[in-house]
Amino acid sequence: MHENMSSHTKKNLFSEKIDDWLIGFKDGADFLLLFFKETLSGNFEFKEFVNQCYRIGNSSLLLISLTGFVTGFVFTKQSRPSLESFGATSWLPSLVTIAIIRALAPLVTSLICAGKVGSSIGAELGSMKVTEQVDAMEVSAVNPIKFLVVTRVLATTITIPILSFYCGLMAMTGVFLNVTTNEDTSFPAFLEQAFNSIVYLDLWTAVIKSVAYGFTIGIVGCYKGYNATNGTLGVGKAANASVVMSMFLIFIEEVFIVQVTNWFR
Amino acid sequence: MNKAIEIEHLYKAFGDRKVLIDANLDVYESENMVVLGRSGTGKSVLIKIIAGLLPADKGNVKVLGQEVTELDKKAMNELRLKIGFSFQNSALYDSMTVRENLEFPLVRNVRNMSRGEINKAVNKVLDSVGLLKSIDQMPAELSGGQKKRIGIARTLIMNPKIMLYDEPTAGLDPITCMEINQLINEVKENYKTSSIIITHDLTCAKETGDRVAVLFDGNFKFQGTFDEVFTNPDPRIKNFYDYNFIENQKK
Ligand SMILES: Nc1ncnc2c1ncn2[C@@H]1O[C@H](COP(=O)(O)OP(=O)(O)O)[C@@H](O)[C@H]1O
Ligand SMILES: [Mg+2]
Repeated sequence: MHENMSSHTKKNLFSEKIDDWLIGFKDGADFLLLFFKETLSGNFEFKEFVNQCYRIGNSSLLLISLTGFVTGFVFTKQSRPSLESFGATSWLPSLVTIAIIRALAPLVTSLICAGKVGSSIGAELGSMKVTEQVDAMEVSAVNPIKFLVVTRVLATTITIPILSFYCGLMAMTGVFLNVTTNEDTSFPAFLEQAFNSIVYLDLWTAVIKSVAYGFTIGIVGCYKGYNATNGTLGVGKAANASVVMSMFLIFIEEVFIVQVTNWFR
Repeated sequence: MNKAIEIEHLYKAFGDRKVLIDANLDVYESENMVVLGRSGTGKSVLIKIIAGLLPADKGNVKVLGQEVTELDKKAMNELRLKIGFSFQNSALYDSMTVRENLEFPLVRNVRNMSRGEINKAVNKVLDSVGLLKSIDQMPAELSGGQKKRIGIARTLIMNPKIMLYDEPTAGLDPITCMEINQLINEVKENYKTSSIIITHDLTCAKETGDRVAVLFDGNFKFQGTFDEVFTNPDPRIKNFYDYNFIENQKK
């Protein structure tokens, strides 16, 4: 009886959960369209864009340096024993470099940035939303999407690939240090070994990946922040949801991009 | 006298929650209209509809002769330049200094201003709210009353014809309240604005209002001068008055 009543009062297309999910999907798509519309319609807030790029680099550079270096160093160290048993330690630089460029550098960088940058964008926009700063922009005839969202999304999309490149460099430094202390490899010989199996497709894939991840982090952070409600509680939720959702999407994109690029190999 | 704001048969609901039900309200030119009402009755919703921040469900909202419910985005933005909105919690941009807060609407809406002209405009509005000394401070360094003043200054920089104040004295001590009331009256004198002042503070209503309207059950059944409204024998009015009086005694 009770079951019957509730299904009468609330009309769902599917179940309530699926409906919510579909609505969320549509809202996200609308937000994405709005972003593209406002990006292409002129009056670019250049100064705010530069501010955001600086903020992203500044907040994550140290962590990325450290993580990149440690990843390269440790990955080399851990891979050595299995190659040693074949007497194939000379393959070590090339093996690790492939791993770094194809997978680790973009992924490690974007996961760090999802945590540091995504959460801070979500929290900032969320708090601007719940304290009516977004409304204040709107009533002063300034487009908040243009000022807040376009600048931040473009900033992550451009900065995160640069940071990924830098992370790769730091990782390679780690690899070289490990290899040169263990195998006594000279720097030119190391470069030769490291890059002889890297092809342009690998580099392009790394660029495309990190652009996609950067865009994801920016747009998800902005979307979650922009839709924050319920005061300070909502701000925390927006920050948290930004990290979870952008990490989730990054993993999905990773699988997808790897599949697609493998068709071209 | 001309009407600056004309609200007719306005309806607004959020889901099942009906907030405004056939609300009617006129604000004449150069008039301070105070809107009183308990919290959660829809006062903020009303002025957000006027400023185009929320859509109306039904009814007409005319601002300076233009029907807000029918304006496209561009026309709405042009109208917004003539509307100043003072938010309940001031809504200052907290990553920017006071100067940057004030410049923000100006440099984006009035193109090709020289640095000198911008500085002059900023100094002028800061002076008119009495806070020239705070020009390089961050919002977090200001007191509640100072934030309110800067929020008002940020709207004055565009020379608005209409001011919408959302609870301008909420959360302030009595002396600061008095100063804000004075400022509201000065703004009306100096900038020739027509205003809606939302409050549940009767002192503020009495000090600033040419007329008052009380929001009960989604509409403004009680309108008139302060004395007219509060001599009405309706028990709801009497309750509202007594409650406020007791609150003020406590202060
Ligand atoms: N954006 C919104 N979404 C859903 N409900 C809202 C929204 N804004 C206001 N409300 C609801 O409308 C009612 C009136 O709110 P409001 O106008 O803020 O009250 P007040 O008179 O205190 O300013 C409240 O019950 C509030 O929960
Ligand atoms: Mg309110």
